[in-house]
Amino acid sequence: MVERRATLGILAHVVMILGMLIVAFPLYLAFVASTHASQEIVQAPMPMLPGSHFWENYSAALTGHGGGAGSNAPVGRMMWVSLVTALVITVGKIAVSLLSAFALVYFRFPFRSLFFWAIFVTLMLPVEVRILPTYKVVSDLGMLNSYAGLTIPLIASATATFLFRQFFLTVPEELVEAARIDGAGPMRFFWDVLLPLSKTSIAALFVIQFIYGWNQYLWPLLATTSEDMYPVVVGIKRMIAGGDSGNEWNIVMATAIMAMLPPAVVVIFMQRWFVKGLVDTEK
Amino acid sequence: MEKRVRFSSAWLPWVLLAPQVVIIGVFFFWPAAQAVLQSMQVQDSFGLSTEWAGLSNFKALFGDSAYLESFKSTAIFSILVAVLGIALSLMLAIFADRVIKGALLYKTMLIVPYAVAPAVAGVLWVFMFSPSIGVVAYGLAKSFGFEWNHLLNSTHAMSLIVAAAVWKQISYNFLFFLAGLQSIPKSLIEAAAIDGARPWRRFWTIQFPLLSPTTFFLLVINMVYAFFDTFAIIDATTQGGPGRDTVIMVYKVYQDGVKGGDIGSSAAQSVVLMLIVVSLTVLQFRYVEKKVNY
Repeated sequence: MVERRATLGILAHVVMILGMLIVAFPLYLAFVASTHASQEIVQAPMPMLPGSHFWENYSAALTGHGGGAGSNAPVGRMMWVSLVTALVITVGKIAVSLLSAFALVYFRFPFRSLFFWAIFVTLMLPVEVRILPTYKVVSDLGMLNSYAGLTIPLIASATATFLFRQFFLTVPEELVEAARIDGAGPMRFFWDVLLPLSKTSIAALFVIQFIYGWNQYLWPLLATTSEDMYPVVVGIKRMIAGGDSGNEWNIVMATAIMAMLPPAVVVIFMQRWFVKGLVDTEK
Repeated sequence: MEKRVRFSSAWLPWVLLAPQVVIIGVFFFWPAAQAVLQSMQVQDSFGLSTEWAGLSNFKALFGDSAYLESFKSTAIFSILVAVLGIALSLMLAIFADRVIKGALLYKTMLIVPYAVAPAVAGVLWVFMFSPSIGVVAYGLAKSFGFEWNHLLNSTHAMSLIVAAAVWKQISYNFLFFLAGLQSIPKSLIEAAAIDGARPWRRFWTIQFPLLSPTTFFLLVINMVYAFFDTFAIIDATTQGGPGRDTVIMVYKVYQDGVKGGDIGSSAAQSVVLMLIVVSLTVLQFRYVEKKVNY
């Protein structure tokens, strides 16, 4: 800091604390609501301190024993679907992009730039703009209500391909030469040299893509019709269908907390890679 | 930039590219082409016959007051989300840049909303603002005598989705602004301070102009976010209501196509949206090229 100004220093802390409180308030409220019985929440104003029904609410949510007017599907199953979906999307995206970036950077073959542009253009076609036709393709392939249908259409990723391409371009050429002199083929080079060097990029992408996969909403909403294939993000919205007084808000909020936990844990504990990944993928 | 040293193989690059190419072919290009095709067709309500309709779907669309209204809601919504989100997170980033003690805690708390799914964010906000049981709605009524009801009042409904969308996006903007601020050379700030510029003046004459590439980039990103990623927020809070006042364009594609079964119109709307994404992306990349040279 250039100069010391006590008032400005205090102001900075005040603003940061206020900002933090406002940002954290919805999360705190959700946690408090998830620890009370449902009648206590429905009588406005609801209590502002945690109550004593933590275990009851969470186990009721996990096993699907809530009595709300909306959906009462077990959250345990939904969490599992979300986890599998998010992990398959993440690992799939990283693997597919690594391979195609490797091909684009280290080989010369016909139509190379055509493929490059084809991948680039997919940036401009988010699921939202091609809802119905994509749904039709997936249903024609018989992939509705399956993990394949939930994940494969989301696995192609232009951003990940570009990130790896950018990174591969910075890898010194001497490494390829050395590998070739030592008699290593392309796949050997890929596994033993390129992959270990890409660890940081992979970690960064893992965070971003895990959150992306976990938080998908519109696509699972279309691609699943049976309750046991709903990810938790879709499930929770169906839970609040009962209306303000019909909902068991304590169960809904317990579900919200559980739905937030895995991505929040990933972001907080992989913060360094997360920030790097965010800034790098947007370059 | 190209590699000088490469591997040579006639088949390996094709094998490596195959998964990506198959996926984008089947799930991106084919459906996008279908959307373009369907946008120029009319189907009867049972999907039994399809007729070529040329541009009549588009003509009907732009003659439809509901669609024009959704254009307007989308414009209001995305501008509010982008401007408010950017202003708030810029302010937080500036103060975070000054703070040394507790910086990690502040930063960690501020990035958590990024991890919250839009649908969950919607549920949290609708819970706080529910007219009958919401704490904030209750507080507004008790302390200011303000009757909050986003189910009846469209301004309230719009404010609610804007607030939830901004809340979720603050983390992202904040991180970019903080990275931008920290990359400004300290010597510039010091020189200005020696010349007698106070913090407020230094911000407007040095930091803010140097941040303008970041700000512009975030403006585009936030617009795209407001256009597409907020679908879940709206579906979990207002569902387009009251009436059609918070039906943004993406939500209308879904309503008309999935719920209403009007495939031609929905496809035409998809095509309009695609054009918007393309122009936003082009805008962004033109600017990125400029950023490299500044």
